[in-house]
Amino acid sequence: MKLETLKQVNAERAARRPVIVVTDVANGDQRLVKARDIATDPLGAELSRQLRMGKSAMIESGGKKLFLNVYAPTARLVIVGAVHISQALAPLARSLDYDVTVVDPRTAFASPERFPDVPLIAEWPDVALPPLNIDHYTAFVALTHDPKIDDPALLHAFERDCFYIGALGSRKTHAKRAERLKAQGASDADIARIHAPIGLSIGAVSPSEIAVAIMAEITAELRLPKEGETQTAKVQAA
Amino acid sequence: MLNRDEDILQAAENWQKAGHGVALATVVETWGSAPRPAGSSLVINDDGTFLGSVSGGCVEGAVVTEALDVIASGKPKMLEFGVADETAWNVGLSCGGTICVFVEKVGQS
Repeated sequence: MKLETLKQVNAERAARRPVIVVTDVANGDQRLVKARDIATDPLGAELSRQLRMGKSAMIESGGKKLFLNVYAPTARLVIVGAVHISQALAPLARSLDYDVTVVDPRTAFASPERFPDVPLIAEWPDVALPPLNIDHYTAFVALTHDPKIDDPALLHAFERDCFYIGALGSRKTHAKRAERLKAQGASDADIARIHAPIGLSIGAVSPSEIAVAIMAEITAELRLPKEGETQTAKVQAA
Repeated sequence: MLNRDEDILQAAENWQKAGHGVALATVVETWGSAPRPAGSSLVINDDGTFLGSVSGGCVEGAVVTEALDVIASGKPKMLEFGVADETAWNVGLSCGGTICVFVEKVGQS
């Protein structure tokens, strides 16, 4: 690997931008593909599939064996609301390799006793969220049920490219929330980004089950092909 | 939380800048129950110091030895390890899988 390639890989990783190194294993020839160039790359379909799954793999193309080494940023989960569901959600998300942050201005909720080993920010969303630099590899959930906290948090998420936004509440609650958010400038497209009621429909009852439903929905959003993206050849078992 | 391969590649860059010969070994293919998935890597410098892993510790010693050759020659190499390998007794994978490891020098012009 050329030093220049290694430097670029490290720079992209530091900036939390995905990058893929394509190596011809017969002779060591190598090139680096940045996320924004994948769509126009000759190997675009293969590259985007591997990136979506966050998996490196060997492929064959034009009679060559090419190794696609995928460097995807660690996914993050930002949880607004240090509530009972969050106490189940935070450790579950961590076991799925997410970096988790919990935000709640109510210090009685956001306490280390309730959230051992989880980074907690006991501030209002307008203070807590901007420094988190929420990016594409971030899932964002609002769970407080309190419009004073959830609404500004969701408005912040709309300004970001996070791959998932979810909010707790029934259809009725969500309809009211949509009205409030629109009154504060949110568009229909913004509202459509919110998964609500939150989580896959699995009949979840307990906080832990709701946490499972949420992480299942987030996983699907992260891993399944987007509409229009073709699912091509099977991936090599790894 | 888990820092996966982050520090490994940064170490490779730092070692290279400090004037070391450096090689990068990466798992590129696996069959059966391999301990580490494709993309797992190990960086080695010319002192024999290494970081990361390509297996559960079963074949790292052999990879380091080969990596020193690659640092010297500058030519990449493909290594295969598995129970069927004749050197299995020494460096085979106890889990019964097979892995291919691509070893390349860092800093080739």
